[in-house]
Amino acid sequence: MPVSRDLGPMAAPKPAFWTRSRIRSVLVQFGFVVLLVLLIQFLLANTMQNLARQGIASGFGFLENRAGFDIAIAFLDFDRNGTYLDAFWTAIVNTLVLATLGIALATLLGFMIGLARVSPNWLISRLAAVYIETFRNIPLLLQLFFWYFAILRPLPGPRQSFDVAGTVFLSNRGLYMPKPLLDSGAQLALLALVVGLIFALFMARSARRHRAATGNSVAVAHWWLIGLVGLPVLTWFATGASVEMSIPSLQGFNFRGGMVILPEMLAALLGLSIYIAAAVGEIVRSGIQGIDHGQTEAAQAMGHTRGQIMRYVVIPQAMRIIIPPLTTQYQSLAKNTSLASAIAFPEIISIIAGTTLTQTGQAMETIALAMLFYLTVSLFIAAVMNFFNWRVMRRSF
Amino acid sequence: MTDTLTPPPLKAPSTVIGPLDWIRKNLFPDWRQGLLTIVVLWLLVRTVPPLIDWLFLDAAWAGDRDDCVAASGACWAFVNARWGQFIYGFYPVEHRWRVDLSMLTLVASIAVLFLPRVAHKGWIITGSFVALPVICFALLHGGPIGLEIVPTDRWGGFMLTLVVAVAGMLGALPIGILLALGRRSQMPAIRIFCVTFIELFRAVPLITVLFMASVMLPLFMPQGFSMDKLLRALIGVALFNGALMAEVVRGGLQAIPKGQFEAATASGMGYWKMMIFVVLPQALRTVIPGLVNTYVAIIKDTTLVLIIGLFDLLGIVQAGIASSDWLAPSVTTSGYVFAGFGFWALCFSLSRYSMYLEGKLNTGRQR
Repeated sequence: MPVSRDLGPMAAPKPAFWTRSRIRSVLVQFGFVVLLVLLIQFLLANTMQNLARQGIASGFGFLENRAGFDIAIAFLDFDRNGTYLDAFWTAIVNTLVLATLGIALATLLGFMIGLARVSPNWLISRLAAVYIETFRNIPLLLQLFFWYFAILRPLPGPRQSFDVAGTVFLSNRGLYMPKPLLDSGAQLALLALVVGLIFALFMARSARRHRAATGNSVAVAHWWLIGLVGLPVLTWFATGASVEMSIPSLQGFNFRGGMVILPEMLAALLGLSIYIAAAVGEIVRSGIQGIDHGQTEAAQAMGHTRGQIMRYVVIPQAMRIIIPPLTTQYQSLAKNTSLASAIAFPEIISIIAGTTLTQTGQAMETIALAMLFYLTVSLFIAAVMNFFNWRVMRRSF
Repeated sequence: MTDTLTPPPLKAPSTVIGPLDWIRKNLFPDWRQGLLTIVVLWLLVRTVPPLIDWLFLDAAWAGDRDDCVAASGACWAFVNARWGQFIYGFYPVEHRWRVDLSMLTLVASIAVLFLPRVAHKGWIITGSFVALPVICFALLHGGPIGLEIVPTDRWGGFMLTLVVAVAGMLGALPIGILLALGRRSQMPAIRIFCVTFIELFRAVPLITVLFMASVMLPLFMPQGFSMDKLLRALIGVALFNGALMAEVVRGGLQAIPKGQFEAATASGMGYWKMMIFVVLPQALRTVIPGLVNTYVAIIKDTTLVLIIGLFDLLGIVQAGIASSDWLAPSVTTSGYVFAGFGFWALCFSLSRYSMYLEGKLNTGRQR
């Protein structure tokens, strides 16, 4: 009896290196990869053939060519003599400006809606519910069309425009607003305001740390006063700054001076932020309601007011629930800027997959560029929000 | 002996119960909320009656453009006049019964879903999954079953919206299940492919996928092989939503306890048997609310096909607004309000259904 081989009932037999399922797994994967490669080869060969037959160039050389079209809304200097690459950059900046403003507006509006949704005031809470259910159940494209074609385009012309105190004008040419022209002193004062804000934030943070460490509150109101009012005002008078307002005025058929948000931009911004704000509002509501009621009751028992409870107890904890779905909504807003191409806002799709594609016929390259852009933006938003999430989760309560 | 000494219980004063108390508690809990209530009430009084006037009382319900210009309200006459086009697109009038019949088939198969207990419900659902698209396509397109062929460029309106939505829903689910299974697969090659596919499609907007389907798909095909424009759009919609669906299904798969897999393996089931008969039925049941929410998103996304030149409900309303015989501001607004209400009714009822399901499915887990 080969005793030495008997390791007792507990030892499992050592699995052979090539078990049946292992071989099958390798075979399946090998087959899959071969099929995939063959498919890609087939598609590529077809594409090459089709492109050659239609006489379309391939590669990204076209980016150096003269674009030959104008862009109505451009936050970079661009004219028809620029290259396609310049047009691409202009489109990127336009999209990013729209997305950033949209995210800021949607967050502001969404948090307001979410807080209104949990308000003890029945009327306010009902109105917020109506807002959420209305705007999130109507396709965004339809909302964009509505704002652009039904609201902003039919507005009266510049001569009959709506105005606020003769300084802000809303007409079918867009929203004209006064533009402050800062001299060097005023720019310094603005800088002082930023420095003061950072200073006050720093002081508030160290006060918070002090309170967390010792339990004693430190007054910070005067630091805010100094940072936000004292420092800028002092700089203002020290440098003898002056600020001139360029107020839009009607000259001929349109306004001169001031700054303008064109209807395409305004409609895109309104549509995107109102639509996403509905989703954000719902996220904020579920985040706040996800906090155990005991937290609120304990804070009430300690004599905090409703505002304090929200600010110091509920919202900080709710942020942990809110941030992950909020990230999805921000990504969705950034992706949905592509719909603004349907109302003639010059963003990535209308410039790259629209005009450039039509002019050069290079479908592969242009669509790949557009996709690459959205991929980058999505990853960037995810990275930033993950950082915030890490910050929020790190604070243990 | 009657107890004459005990007075009958008094009713609570009306300031503690009843409508007055409700108003005090919910509208005027303190002076700030009270002020807010008054301001909001005033705003409502200023906005709601004019809105009702515009929508109903001052609206032009019948007639032509001149009636609408004369009326100070909405122009429902436009919707009235274009109703056929809004629903059927450019589908030939004498063949519209085929659209009606397909819609009826669709409604019937949805009704089966709602019925609480039918014998072999699972098989009926699976069967209608396969049969519904075939029957509807045969009816709508015609051809093999002896009906006159109606090419897809005549399709449009609400009917096209439904076609894109249903194709997206039916196509996305199997693609999503396969991708979700692949993402959790033990085989690296398949896992990497599925993760790349899912993350790529989730990171780009649907428009780029639709552009890819409409511009690049023809380039991929061998010479002389042409694919219908609508079919290309449907492929794009199904692939895009399949990737979204994969993440929903993955959530369900992750919620299945490991013991289920082990028990199935111990019973001698292979991978597919285990997935089809043990894991997926449980996983899909838990994610039904998420599934329905994805369906709401699919319905809203159908509007994007107008960008690549198909006339869905929004596209056809848009075209009607721009037509020269109905050029008027009130027509524009009314057209969008009509289309908006149509989409809203669909999406709102679906999302309510999802909430109802969520409540119903949670009963076993609630404490």
